[in-house]
Amino acid sequence: MQTRRETLHRSAVVASLLAATGLFPQFAWAYNNTAFDAKSVPDVLKALGAGAPVASKDVMIEGPDIAENGAVVPVGASTTLAGPKQILILVEKNPSTLAAVFHVNDSIEPNFKTRVKMGQTSDVYVVAVMADGRALFAKKEIKVTLGGCGG
Amino acid sequence: MGDPMRIRAQVAGANAVVRVLMAHEMESGQRKDSAGKMIPAWHIQDVTATLNGKTVMTAEWGPAVSKNPFLQFTVKGAKAGDKIGISWKDTKGDSRTDEATVS
Repeated sequence: MQTRRETLHRSAVVASLLAATGLFPQFAWAYNNTAFDAKSVPDVLKALGAGAPVASKDVMIEGPDIAENGAVVPVGASTTLAGPKQILILVEKNPSTLAAVFHVNDSIEPNFKTRVKMGQTSDVYVVAVMADGRALFAKKEIKVTLGGCGG
Repeated sequence: MGDPMRIRAQVAGANAVVRVLMAHEMESGQRKDSAGKMIPAWHIQDVTATLNGKTVMTAEWGPAVSKNPFLQFTVKGAKAGDKIGISWKDTKGDSRTDEATVS
């Protein structure tokens, strides 16, 4: 006779197997902790399953040359490429390099603006990740006079 | 729950430009309090935008997004009178949804 312990164990195993098959779409957008913990641009892209980044004129980054306040740096990220899957904003020298991931689909333009914190003068990258995993980027050095991470 | 977000959605040609100002501390986890202890990270992780109830955008944010986050994006095919909903969920599991009408 199956004990309760065995039943619980079995259902946990089945549940984890089901989740691994990707049948439950809500897990597809699960927060990618590895990517947000990564400390360099290549590590972030690897964690997101994207290829090595290639500079592209079709990806655009808007931002100030000098940010007076590193706590609030306006950054615009966009691309004219067709069919990007994600647009990423990375701040190379931040303790948390990946600032934001925007998932793109047919309902929105691949064009986003937000404000990020920068700890120090750094290159800021906008990366467009395509459906096949190719990563195309544009970067801009933004000088910071007053760091934004509170240190 | 925090304070309500300010959402402005305006028609621009065949699309609507949506600007949102959210109220959130967005603690990066890098700061120390006056006793020298690290203040734990507390920030918005997931952001979802809907047009008339259908999800049109999702985003994930790290601790590097500024306090009281600003977000601007463009929704295709939105008309005046459509409803834009914005939801966020943070690292503490707290969440908030606000709506605005496209003008």
